[in-house]
Amino acid sequence: MQLASRFELQDSIERKCQAPKTTKKQPVTREKGERPMRLQYSVFAALCAAVALASATADAQTPKRGGILKFAVSAEPPNYDCHAATSFAFIHPVRPHYNTLLKFDEPNYPKVKGDLAQSWTVSPDGLTYTFKLKPNIKFHDGTPMTSADVKASYERISNPTGGAVSIRQAAYSDIGSIETPDAQTVVFKLKARNASMLTNFASPWDCIYSAAKIKADPKFPEKNVLGTGPFKFVEHASGSHWVGERFADYFEKGKPYLDGFRAIFITNAAASVNALQAGEVLAEFRGLSPADRDKLKAALGDKIVVHESPWICSLVVTFNTEKKPFDDVRVRQALSLAIDRWKGAEALSKIALVRHVGGTLRPGYEFAAKEAELVKYPGWGKDINKNRAEAKKLLEQAGIKDLKIKLLNRNVPMPYTPVGIFLIDQWRQIGVTVEHDQPETRAYIANLRGGNYEAGLDFNCDAVDDPNLQLAKFISADKSPINYGRYNDRKLDDLYEKQNRELDNKKRYELIRQFEQHALNEAYSIPIVWWHRIIITWKQIKGWYMSPSHYLNQDLQDVWLDS
Amino acid sequence: MLRYTIHRTLLMIPTLLGVAVLVFVLLRLMPGDIVQLRFLMEGGQVSPETIAAERARLGLDKAIWWQFYDWMTGIFVGDFGISMWTGRPVAREISSRLELSMQVAIMATVLATTLAIPLGTLAALYKNSWIDRVIQVFAIAGLAVPSFWLGMLIILGLLLNFGWIPPLTFTPIYEDPLKNLSQLIWPALAVGYRYSAVATRMTRSTILEVLQEDYIRTARAKGLYERLVVGRHAMRNAMLPVITVIGLEFAFLIGGLVVTEQVFNLNGIGKLFVDTVTRADYTMVQALVMLVATFFILINFAVDLLYAVFDPRIRYR
Repeated sequence: MQLASRFELQDSIERKCQAPKTTKKQPVTREKGERPMRLQYSVFAALCAAVALASATADAQTPKRGGILKFAVSAEPPNYDCHAATSFAFIHPVRPHYNTLLKFDEPNYPKVKGDLAQSWTVSPDGLTYTFKLKPNIKFHDGTPMTSADVKASYERISNPTGGAVSIRQAAYSDIGSIETPDAQTVVFKLKARNASMLTNFASPWDCIYSAAKIKADPKFPEKNVLGTGPFKFVEHASGSHWVGERFADYFEKGKPYLDGFRAIFITNAAASVNALQAGEVLAEFRGLSPADRDKLKAALGDKIVVHESPWICSLVVTFNTEKKPFDDVRVRQALSLAIDRWKGAEALSKIALVRHVGGTLRPGYEFAAKEAELVKYPGWGKDINKNRAEAKKLLEQAGIKDLKIKLLNRNVPMPYTPVGIFLIDQWRQIGVTVEHDQPETRAYIANLRGGNYEAGLDFNCDAVDDPNLQLAKFISADKSPINYGRYNDRKLDDLYEKQNRELDNKKRYELIRQFEQHALNEAYSIPIVWWHRIIITWKQIKGWYMSPSHYLNQDLQDVWLDS
Repeated sequence: MLRYTIHRTLLMIPTLLGVAVLVFVLLRLMPGDIVQLRFLMEGGQVSPETIAAERARLGLDKAIWWQFYDWMTGIFVGDFGISMWTGRPVAREISSRLELSMQVAIMATVLATTLAIPLGTLAALYKNSWIDRVIQVFAIAGLAVPSFWLGMLIILGLLLNFGWIPPLTFTPIYEDPLKNLSQLIWPALAVGYRYSAVATRMTRSTILEVLQEDYIRTARAKGLYERLVVGRHAMRNAMLPVITVIGLEFAFLIGGLVVTEQVFNLNGIGKLFVDTVTRADYTMVQALVMLVATFFILINFAVDLLYAVFDPRIRYR
């Protein structure tokens, strides 16, 4: 609702609720059947109170214009190019400057809705996607945004040239051509059906750039911020902060509500929590630990709102199948069976930002295994004594005695260290000795990628729930750059391809179950526990919705500040 | 003096060259590089081809000696390179942080010397008295308490008592002195306390030593006032080691406030050091190490020259 109309509504309520005028001198007379005046007043007062209450409720939900949103970001983006970025540290300050073709419907995730697109159709064969763009969209330099800009941006993502970097080329490899029949229409023609295509078009990374700018310099977005988003770029003080201001010509009339935002880079977790507690920042949108949540809740009570959700991030143990004895499926299965995921998740959730037991997909997601299916997978059953007895038997069959493992882990305290310690304890219970190796992130990644490890506590995090993204961890190493287990399994590749081409959700679900069953049975990479996202915002922040991804809902278009 | 200055200046070249070789080699001994970190630290299905192309763009695919040659030739023409992480010139990244670090270092040094010299002198003059004991407790506590921990206590104290923390972003002193001081006074206190503790103990012990010297006995025998004996004869000679300590501490403060800057969220050289080492931003780390090494060498040099000012027996040839 516009500001003016809100004031008009309040004004009209006040006028209606003024009491009728009476004078003392006039005798109070009543016609037969007329209600006594006191009753009239009571009814009138009750009505007024009801209207006022309704108005107050409506008013509390009516967005207000103005204010600067200050929030903390615990890292800093390396450059300004969406197509080459992978970090939340990029999304949080940069996303408010850009739009994408589609985006996730914030309160109704994972439903998608138009961002730049007003409407879209998908042909029955699933090979043609036609998007109609919203009218009067402008870039921050005042130039109009047309279908040519969408085409140029997607061509840059799917086939970058001139030194531009795109790290999501694979997701768009099915695009055969992009046509622009008119300035408001874009048509994507696919070479093959892709069940994840609509989700891809809502990816927060696919910023739409100016075709003219990237034609002149394909690397223009690396050092410049020029989008159509709700906020214009003002300043990036390296190591310190990032500032955006309201874009007056934004195509969604009346939005954004904020005058601007200020992202403050606070790399130290304790400093970030202190800043939240002092109200120096009103939010941190990545996620806090349970201990930080409890501390802030105790200190600030109802001044803050705690948002919690399962997170599209899982910790998995990957075994280096090129190293003995991890080339033996019995050893891998035994190590998976030894882990009490159900009790572990419950205990770990008290000290670390993990909570949920799941398979290859986020628990709760439409394509994820239900609990009844999950408990049938080896290692997910709830009778841990039975599992461990079987684990010991498998190790015996494999001829393994006094197994010693070096567990490669990341030197990031939350949640890697507690989960690493949990694993050491779980494996100790079947007689396996574990050495915990926690190098810094750089060496950790190099060792994982280079195969310089035995078992590694790996992670699988994505911006959105999507089988194509999450299952890529498990397909063959010669097809997936994130398979660190160094194995090839053509059955998994085949099932992955089939589910990718299946547009019927029910059939896709079945194919994913087959994939999951095989992957977890082979136990190349075994999911341990899924993350749990905890966000604290000060109460005056409205219009921001929690999602299972720290990469989503960050354009700040609908966010406003209550006084 | 001129000859000595030229000699010391020339000596800086092999010293800095040694530092350059050391930092260049040590950085590359660790596995992994910035490209893997940038693309893979949060997941992401980045193809090996993209990683290889990015490594080539940054020159990381070249032979190590060739990379060193590129870096050295750049330095000789005043070009410290481009940050591998941000793509911005290294000199610009450093200069935007240097002002803050210099201000904290100066404030801490002023605080430390203002406290340390009178306290150390008092402790020496009243050796073994209650005054000496109190000052010793103050100094030993300062040495025992890490400055970052004191910083944490200061922050928590401010937060719990006043619901306030120092500003999170830097405002130059010439723009808003009050805001600037309200941010930097706290880290200067946290760091200055430890710094003053070191200097206090050094002042005390050197004054005690000097007070045993023959020329002090002679001065007293001449009937000079004690104030003159201490102020003119003892202090001047005792200050030489104190100046060395102050100089080295000052140089350390420029790049050494690694944890304290994190605690106060200060965008200084120390925090930049941590960030760039974590990111494996070779060009930035190399430039920072060279900067800090140069500071150390120059401050040492300045301290040596100051010796001659304080002690007339010292003459440089």
